[in-house]
Amino acid sequence: MTTLLELDRVAARYGPVQALTDVSLVVREGEVVAVLGANGAGKTTTLRAISGTVSRTGGIELEGKQLKGGPEAAARAGIAHVPEGRGTFVDLTVTENLRLGAYTRRDGSVKADVKRIGEYFPWMVERGGQRAGTLSGGEQQMLALGRALMSRPRLMLLDEPSLGLAPLIVREFFRIVRRLNEEEGLTVLVVEQDARIALAASSRAYVLEVGRVALTGTSAELSGDESIRRSYLGY
Amino acid sequence: MIVAAFSDFMQQVVSGLASGGIYALLALALVIIHRSTGVINFAQGEMATLSTYIAWMLIAHHGWRYGPAFVATLALSFVGGVAIHRVVIKPVERGSVLRIVIVTIGLLVAINGFVVWEWGGEPQQLQSPFGTDTFSVGGVIVAAHDIGTIVVALGIVVLLWALFQFTKLGLALRAAAVNPEEARLVGVRVSWMLALGWGLAALLGAVAGMLTAPTVGLDPNMMAAVLIYSFAAAVLGGIDSPLGAVVGGLLIGVLLNMLSYLSQYGIFDWFTEELRLPMALLIILGVLLVRPQGIFGKPEVKRV
Repeated sequence: MTTLLELDRVAARYGPVQALTDVSLVVREGEVVAVLGANGAGKTTTLRAISGTVSRTGGIELEGKQLKGGPEAAARAGIAHVPEGRGTFVDLTVTENLRLGAYTRRDGSVKADVKRIGEYFPWMVERGGQRAGTLSGGEQQMLALGRALMSRPRLMLLDEPSLGLAPLIVREFFRIVRRLNEEEGLTVLVVEQDARIALAASSRAYVLEVGRVALTGTSAELSGDESIRRSYLGY
Repeated sequence: MIVAAFSDFMQQVVSGLASGGIYALLALALVIIHRSTGVINFAQGEMATLSTYIAWMLIAHHGWRYGPAFVATLALSFVGGVAIHRVVIKPVERGSVLRIVIVTIGLLVAINGFVVWEWGGEPQQLQSPFGTDTFSVGGVIVAAHDIGTIVVALGIVVLLWALFQFTKLGLALRAAAVNPEEARLVGVRVSWMLALGWGLAALLGAVAGMLTAPTVGLDPNMMAAVLIYSFAAAVLGGIDSPLGAVVGGLLIGVLLNMLSYLSQYGIFDWFTEELRLPMALLIILGVLLVRPQGIFGKPEVKRV
């Protein structure tokens, strides 16, 4: 498998607070990779560094090309970042949210893509005129995923998709992510607090500790090792 | 007597709608900037005055016909609005709201000073594209300029609504205004969208100014009162609601004329023309006290 994303000794800070000190990781084409760790370990910042929403040092390459600039540039390079806390436009309708997802695209098949999204989430077509702010939390998270898909991303970044959602909804969400990965070859880098579900959905994982990669391995290895589970993953 | 009263009433309604249409345009400009930049643009009136002087200069000094001068003025105003955002607003945008407000007040003074310096303070005449004719519809005498003003104002409102509602650019403009961080994540160049918003506001102001000048005369302070009425309109409709701005503008226009009308018949006989501006301020105060979000606004939810 070819390397899609490579982080080389990435560091990032918010003012005086050093959030990442040294993160190197690789995501290959067609993989689902999880980033795990405790609160404040730097999981969210890792995604923010990739999409350029926080200023960073070190190398970040997508398909061998250095990523530069802010989130607009990252979006144009093919990165779809679904931020923590849903990331939908609550004042806009479901259809408008989806159309915005396709904002960077220059080809005209946006309508066809809305239909394609409708195969995964039929309600998004049926309730296209509904304001996103009036959707349930689970629906908003699904809409954020659908919107990210609309850009036909090279890489999707998911930040804590399970946050505040019922376990049943979380399972449904990850089932769809897996399906997209298997059927459409979607590459995903997912940050999760809930290590159990993230390991079940991913093929490899990185565990962060205070801004560094503490360990990495296949998801099967990590979840199979009881001492790792106890000391790093908390289950 | 009653027939005369009725036709007089209708006349006041029509001319109220015409001034209200102008307030609506300028209020819409205020709303567009408030939604994206988060401040009231105190320079909105002076920007409109400057645009109107440009139109007047093209027509009176350079012999342009009205149509081309109108189009050129709109284009120049749009570009000027974008430039104002890039040059003076963007550098202070990340600071406190107060800094931006002070910059807009500075712009007000600067543009006003420039206009006086360049063209002098004495009033000039800008023709109405609709002429000075009046005609009678069922006994109601209406001015062609008033009818034209209403049609142009509503036409611009509909065009703008279509832009925001049906185009990709309009969607991006709305997304950038309501949720700039998410908009960046989907690839919208937010800073440029804000600049385009300023351009649109300047363009709306130009139309408002060119419709105002024929009736009140073109002078450097022509838009000062209009801006106050438009504030009242925007506040009444809801400072973040484009629909509210339009409805508020028309309401203010008609309401002030109704007071004049009624005062002729002994009701509210204390009301004179001098009280129009204080009345607008009273409306602003009343709305802010009783229903701060205006007619169409949503109650403000502060992000902590």
